Amino acid sequence: MADHTTSRVSYTLDSSLASVNKVEQTAEEYAERAGFDEDTVPNIAMAVREAAVNAVLHGNAYDPEKHIVAAFETTTEDLIIRISDQGAGLNPETIPDPLAPENILRGSGRGIFLIRAFMDEVNFRQLHPGTELTLIKHRTPAQPGT
Amino acid sequence: MSMKVKTRQVDGVTILDLSGRITLGEGSVTLRDAVRDVLAKGSNKILLNLGEISYIDSSGIGELVSAFTTVKNAGGELKLLNLTKKVHDLLQITKLYTVFDVKDDEASAVGAFSK
Repeated sequence: MADHTTSRVSYTLDSSLASVNKVEQTAEEYAERAGFDEDTVPNIAMAVREAAVNAVLHGNAYDPEKHIVAAFETTTEDLIIRISDQGAGLNPETIPDPLAPENILRGSGRGIFLIRAFMDEVNFRQLHPGTELTLIKHRTPAQPGT
Repeated sequence: MSMKVKTRQVDGVTILDLSGRITLGEGSVTLRDAVRDVLAKGSNKILLNLGEISYIDSSGIGELVSAFTTVKNAGGELKLLNLTKKVHDLLQITKLYTVFDVKDDEASAVGAFSK
């Protein structure tokens, strides 16, 4: 049974893999509470995990002086997750297409692609310093043909 | 939960039975080390049994690709066995399903390696 109460919480976390796991687990709990089905919940959790990995690994580069912030919000329409870091900043236009033939056998570079594949909206915002990713999943999916 | 690896030999093929999660900092390093160990011991026909892999992230997918290219560059073959629906779907989305030789039956997978 979906909980339609609007709620919001945010965590400031170390730049560590433990933080990534916590963010992923929290995303899973929020997605379940928002009423997403059993196929969608793990996809949301994975997208959020990838965003957290980007923040910790590529953004903050595991710097113990830097933190990530993960904010979770449910509205009547959406589940919204914002992940921010304090790194040098990420320009999404410069990310190579992992499906391009020249990139298909690369050992990395699929995180943002998977985030976009599993979420309905993905927005980037430069924080100076840092990057904020906003991941949105609509609670009521559009019907086919609409 | 981290990833576990059990290694066995069948008709000249090294089968790695993987279980758990292949993710950044957990299973991905374990997988890399396991494949390197097999190659170092002189075997270059490797079958990765993913039937007990519960979860894989982009780092894990990248590690599978790296394992594939590492084995290929060593003159060997790497095939995948028993994909879960989740892993299957991820390889489809990332267009890697046709890159890997994917099998769902161990005997035929072993038989598919070049003699």
